Amino acid sequence: MIGFLLRRLLQAIPLLVGVSVIGFGLMHLAPGGPLAVYTLNPTIQAQDIERIKVLFGLDQPVHVQYAKWATGIFSGNWGYTFFGGRPVLGVILERVPATMLLMGSALSIAIVVGLAIGVLGATRRYSVFDVLATSGALVALSFPTFWFGLMAIYVFAIELRWLPSGGMWELGEEGSVVSLLRHLVLPTLVLALVITATWSRYARSAFLEALQQDFMRTARAKGLSPRARLLRHAFPNAAKPLVALLGVELPFLFSGALVAETIFAWPGMGRLFVDALTMKEYPILMGMMMFTAIFVIVGNLLADIAIAAIDPRVRLS
Amino acid sequence: MTVAGAPVLVEPAAAAQGALLSVRGLQLHIPSSPRPLRAVDGVSFELRRGETLGLVGESGSGKTLTALSIMRLLEPPLSGFVRGEVALDGVELMSLSEREMSDLRGRALSMVFQEPMTSLNPVMTVGRQIAEPAMRHLGLGAAEAAARAQEMLRLVGIPDPARVAASHPHLLSGGMRQRAMIAMAIACRPALLVADEPTTALDVTVQAQILELLGDLQRELGSAILLITHDLAVIAENAHRVAVMYAGRIVEEAPVDVLFAGARHPYARGLLASIPRIERSRPEMLPEIPGVVPGPGERPAGCAFAPRCARATARCHAEAPPLLDAAPGHRLACWEPFDG
Repeated sequence: MIGFLLRRLLQAIPLLVGVSVIGFGLMHLAPGGPLAVYTLNPTIQAQDIERIKVLFGLDQPVHVQYAKWATGIFSGNWGYTFFGGRPVLGVILERVPATMLLMGSALSIAIVVGLAIGVLGATRRYSVFDVLATSGALVALSFPTFWFGLMAIYVFAIELRWLPSGGMWELGEEGSVVSLLRHLVLPTLVLALVITATWSRYARSAFLEALQQDFMRTARAKGLSPRARLLRHAFPNAAKPLVALLGVELPFLFSGALVAETIFAWPGMGRLFVDALTMKEYPILMGMMMFTAIFVIVGNLLADIAIAAIDPRVRLS
Repeated sequence: MTVAGAPVLVEPAAAAQGALLSVRGLQLHIPSSPRPLRAVDGVSFELRRGETLGLVGESGSGKTLTALSIMRLLEPPLSGFVRGEVALDGVELMSLSEREMSDLRGRALSMVFQEPMTSLNPVMTVGRQIAEPAMRHLGLGAAEAAARAQEMLRLVGIPDPARVAASHPHLLSGGMRQRAMIAMAIACRPALLVADEPTTALDVTVQAQILELLGDLQRELGSAILLITHDLAVIAENAHRVAVMYAGRIVEEAPVDVLFAGARHPYARGLLASIPRIERSRPEMLPEIPGVVPGPGERPAGCAFAPRCARATARCHAEAPPLLDAAPGHRLACWEPFDG
């Protein structure tokens, strides 16, 4: 187990280096640069731009820039923002709680509801419920998130005036739990809708697969009740692919939702990414990319450990 | 070795006169176009306590579907097409609700499946899987049921039951897994044990051990066994009576020694002739029956075996022969049988 963990962590290093090289390269290939904004500003002279370039180290060759940045990443100094000069890691970390709250509630709702729909669909295959759930999931997956977001704002915030349209708190009510929950409802539901659709599909196929196994017939031949067969026999076998899916989705807890956070003005990681992208804040973009990559690796590692715990045939070696 | 008593359906004295299991006109006709698929086509037989009936036939002859129909283990929509009567100890199984049936499954009648690897849950220990029926039917607590599981494992000849009970199925050999399956099936001392090809997936030496074990358990528990196999050699040594199935029907049924001494149905005789015999002096081609079993949707109007039968007459092609008593304890469905 310890050997397995060490080996996996060592394997993660080349992976992270690869991600950072590709990411860094792509940033430099993108047209425009961090200084492009200044060229439109008439009060800033060409020599000022040159001076800023030297100041930020942008005049040096790409590989030197990369080496400086990469050593920083691995030693905990993730650099400073172009605008404001704040430490990148701090800027990212201050967005984590808002994103975790939103993604955490959306994912929890989606997993519980999605599992329930999937199990019902698998046990009552081709029933009216199953057909409705399947087509409902297809509809939810086909419409873009921003459409659901805008519709939710239009109906519940503008027409019915039940809930606020965006942000985390009313002005002057920062820290109020009631205000926070009211702001949380719409973005959570919109996100949960889409994630529920995926989870119900995955859960349905995982349970269908488990229910068709020979040992389910053995369980019936023993006289076990449908409930005992489902919970004791089908569930642990169906859980494996779902745990793997959970491992893949864990990074979203930290990377956030780009579209939903932007539409609902939710101050989380997704919004930070969109803002940083429009402002060509390379240090933040690179930092977020590394941050997400780390959680992708952690998520998959946790999923592997959990699967080995569920299924004794899987050995961590 | 004794096993703690489990409740039985009816007092043995009351049931002693009649058969334990009585199957009458069992049918599984699956609606299909242009003709329904007659997978099981009017199967009738009886089985007494302590008796083993071998049900033998080629793949597709309807043996397994017969067994699953008796156990009522078919899933919808197939389960809806089963017709006929199945009485166990006087209880008509076909008219029970699914819930009442599940009270009997694993207790009064249980089943051993062909593939012990896939028929055991891979993520649950063997001990827990054997303990389940005891907890379900006998109201045992977890600790008592675990103790009973080990007792059952010892009964099926496993030397270190504690270790095996704590193991997951993938750690056991094929023979051990099938012993565990049998331990699970007999955990509540069922009156009827349905064994569907219990040795087909096993090595030859292990096959003999498992069959011997079934015989020992039968003497110990007094259960009736319905032994389903395609292997006549298995029947010869382990069954009291044998019923030969062809294309969804029983074509001949007799005590084992009678059938092996002189099968009268051409198909049964052909099957017997195709068994390799060690006493034959030189290697020779085994005789085979020409043609293949007709699929369940393409059964001819008359005797289903007629197209492959050398003795077939016009009547055989026109009219299906009924299963009638040819002698006491010997039933036969043939217009042109061999002499007895």
